[in-house]
Amino acid sequence: MAYPGFTLLDGDVPQFGVSAFDSRPLFPSQGWQLCHPASGNPPDSCSTFQPAWTDIWITNHIFQAVLGAIIVIAFWLIVTNKMRVVPSKVQWAGEYLYNMLRNGVARDLIGPTYHKYVPFLVAMFSFIIINNLFGEFFVTMFPTFSKVGFAWGLALLTYILYNAVGIKKHGVLGYLKLMTVPEGVKFPIILLIAPLEFFSNFITRPITLGLRLFANLFAGHLLVMIFVVGGTWLVTYTNNNPLYNVTGAFALIFSFAIFALELLVAFLQAYVFTILTASYVAAAEADSH
Amino acid sequence: MTPLDINGSLNAVGYGLGAIGPGIGVGLIFSSVISGTARQPESRSMLMGTAWIGFAVVEALALFGLALAFILK
Repeated sequence: MAYPGFTLLDGDVPQFGVSAFDSRPLFPSQGWQLCHPASGNPPDSCSTFQPAWTDIWITNHIFQAVLGAIIVIAFWLIVTNKMRVVPSKVQWAGEYLYNMLRNGVARDLIGPTYHKYVPFLVAMFSFIIINNLFGEFFVTMFPTFSKVGFAWGLALLTYILYNAVGIKKHGVLGYLKLMTVPEGVKFPIILLIAPLEFFSNFITRPITLGLRLFANLFAGHLLVMIFVVGGTWLVTYTNNNPLYNVTGAFALIFSFAIFALELLVAFLQAYVFTILTASYVAAAEADSH
Repeated sequence: MTPLDINGSLNAVGYGLGAIGPGIGVGLIFSSVISGTARQPESRSMLMGTAWIGFAVVEALALFGLALAFILK
């Protein structure tokens, strides 16, 4: 028996791998089918057949990200279309979300100059949450950010934003001083603190930002997959011991709870990413520590 | 052959050990939020904002562990 994304080796023990996270072309061409391991062709067949550019660039995960962007744009256009003093249900939902980000995230963290960052934060939050929710809905069934490249892209956006904000406000040297020299640290200690601060603010920040989003969704999706695929395998396992099938049934039922947890994580990670972006911008804009 | 045979890499054990610290840290953060809210219920929204940032920072260590558990062979 074969499950998509898993290969059964050694007779009957399923080998859980991460190959279900591989991208595949949205429009598979001859080149992809000849190169793909599942086709049974030897691996060196790739060297003789050049995969088409559509195989490399237009994959299902790229498509998901683009679809997410389109949904975000459409959602905010619909919400802000024909705005009324007494809001409709859709307008109310949009306003609730917008208020949460504007007052709860931007105003509380950034302070008086928060207005110009609100569009970026709202767009980022909606884009992340819609891509996370793709992991819980059929058709896509894959959170886009469990491919690490997408998460690096977003982290890079935030990195560029807060550095640009800091450099614009304080100048290059002033910004470096703000980021590496904390207030009230005396001379000998500063030699120790400055490199650490530099490392923390310019290197660890973007890495943890991207990695946090990626790792949460990757681990969550892997968990769902283990429960669903492993449960299915145990339910359909035929030997004389019904314990396997009962365990599998429990795993399948429990997978619903994991899905509910994933809904929470989808929201939480979008929120955390937005709140950290806002706090990094606030730190770069601050007059002193 | 037993179907529940355990094989694989020690990375998983290392990750489990590495997750202890962040686990304790996240627990401390939210216990402080709970006791803070109990003493002063109206400060809840302000506490939660800080708590999520702290949570995200502490959790980063566990996520490093998870990433390294997959990367290191």
